[in-house]
Amino acid sequence: MRTGVLALQGDVPEHLAALGRGLGGLAPRPVRTPSDLEEIDALFLPGGESTSIARLLRDAGLWETLERRLRAGLPVLATCAGLILLAGHLEEGPSGPNPPTFGVLDVTVRRNDYGGQRESFEAPVRVQGLEGGDYPGVFIRAPRILKVGAKAEPFAWRDEEVVGVRQGPVWGLTFHPELSGDPRIHRRFLDAVSSPA
Amino acid sequence: MSDPVEKLRFGTELLKRGFARMQQGGVILDVTTADQAAIAEEAGAVAVMALERVPADIRAAGGVARMADPAKIREIRERVSIPVMAKCRIGHTAEARILESLGVDMVDESEVLTPADPFEHVAKKGFKVPFVCGARNLGEALRRIEEGAAMIRTKGEAGTGNVVEAVRHIRQTSREIELLRTISKEERVAWARAERVPVALVEEVRSLGRLPVVNFAAGGVATPADAALVRLLGVDGVFVGSGIFKAEHPQRIARAIVEAAFHFNEPEVLARVSTDLGKLMPGLEIGQIPPEALLQGRESAGPARSRPAPSPA
Repeated sequence: MRTGVLALQGDVPEHLAALGRGLGGLAPRPVRTPSDLEEIDALFLPGGESTSIARLLRDAGLWETLERRLRAGLPVLATCAGLILLAGHLEEGPSGPNPPTFGVLDVTVRRNDYGGQRESFEAPVRVQGLEGGDYPGVFIRAPRILKVGAKAEPFAWRDEEVVGVRQGPVWGLTFHPELSGDPRIHRRFLDAVSSPA
Repeated sequence: MSDPVEKLRFGTELLKRGFARMQQGGVILDVTTADQAAIAEEAGAVAVMALERVPADIRAAGGVARMADPAKIREIRERVSIPVMAKCRIGHTAEARILESLGVDMVDESEVLTPADPFEHVAKKGFKVPFVCGARNLGEALRRIEEGAAMIRTKGEAGTGNVVEAVRHIRQTSREIELLRTISKEERVAWARAERVPVALVEEVRSLGRLPVVNFAAGGVATPADAALVRLLGVDGVFVGSGIFKAEHPQRIARAIVEAAFHFNEPEVLARVSTDLGKLMPGLEIGQIPPEALLQGRESAGPARSRPAPSPA
C-alpha cells in the first residue's frame, strides 16, 4: 500500500515518523503535487493551520484532485486541521473566517472550541476496538465535534465527548496520534483500509 | 470513580513543542493592527505576531522598546482564528506572565525589544505558554531550549530587510551540528561545558542531526526569494517582520511569501510570485549600522553558577 502525508504545512515530519515507526516496509511519501496525489492508496492529513493548508491547496492546484479522490473513496486519516478540512459543516468560531472544506465527513465542527494554546491539553482517549487500553490524546488548539451526522460513526471518546469519527475509509480525529509516540491508531487505520471487511 | 478533570494535563512540554510543530512550513507575520492581522490570515499566514511597532520602526524610533499594550493584543486576537504571538523583553518575567495571562498562544522572548535582565533569560519551563527565542548559533539555541524554549528562530538582524544575518545564523548552527557529528565524546563534553549546556542535550542534537525543537528563520526576511533561500537552507518556517507592512502592497507580498515558503524548491513558481510586487521595504546594509545598534548581540550572560563566558555584542 502506497501511503502519503499531505505535505503543505503542519506537522508533516511527525506523521512521516509515526508511519515509519512500527510499520515496517512502509515508505510514506510527502504529497506536494497533484501527481503525488494520484499515486497513493491512503492519505494522512496532518495537523497545522487549516486556513493556511486550505490556501495552499488552492494555490498549488491540489484542491480539485484531492476532492475527486476523496469522493472516489480514497482512505484518509485526518488529524485536527485535517479533520476541519473534511468536515461537512463548520460552525462559526469566536473570531476569524473559516476555511472552505471538502465536506466528506458528516460532522459539525467548531475550530479552537476549547480555546487557544493555554487550553491545549493531554487526556486519555478511549478508542473503540483498540487493544492495550486508553490512548494518550494530545489536543492542541483542538476543534470540537459538535454533532455527528447520520452517515458518520463515532469511534473515539474523551469521557463522553466524541473526539474521533469515521465514515467508511475516512477517519477524523480532533487530537494528534502523530505526537504521542504510540503507533496504534496509525496501524489500526492502515489495517482497516488495506483489508476492507 | 475517576474525576475527568484530574486526567487533563495542561502546559506540558509535549503540548508546548507540539504547538510549534503545527507551525512547520508556515509563515508568521508581524502585525500592528487587527486589519493587518486579517490580511495576514487571508494570505495564509500560520500565525501573527502582535506588536505596537514593527522592528524597522522600533529601530528608527530608538528608546526603550517594551511589550505591546494588552489592548492591542486583545484587538488582534478578536479578529483572527490563527494563533497570536506577542513579544516580551529578554528576561522580563513579569511581561511574560502578563502575556500568558492574556492568553497569547506563544511568547517571543525577543532581542528586538530592549533587554530587561543582563544576567538571565525568563525561566520558561515554569510557564504553560510556549516560548520562541532567537539564536545566532547552536550554543545559544541549546541554552534557550534548556531554559524551556519550545521553538527556536534565528535572530538575523530585525528591521533591516537584509537576509544576510539570518543566513549567517542558520549556517552557523548547521555547521556546529555537523561538527558535533564528527568529534569524539570527550570533545563533545568539552563543547557542552564551554557553551554552558547539558551534555545530554548535545547528545540528543547529535543523534537527531538537528535541533530537538522546530527552528524558523527570522530577522531580515523581506521577499519571497528570501523566504525560499532560508527554506532551502533547511529551516522549518519563516517569520517576516517589517517586510510586509513596510512594503507598498502588503496583501500581494504576504501571499507571495506564503507561496514561496512552500514552493521554495521550484524556481518557476518563485519567479511568478516574485513578479510585480511593487516597492519593497528599503532595507539596510549591516555594515552601516553602528555596532551598538545591532540587535542580535543581545543575550543575557547566564546564571551566576555557570557564567564563565558572557558575550556581549
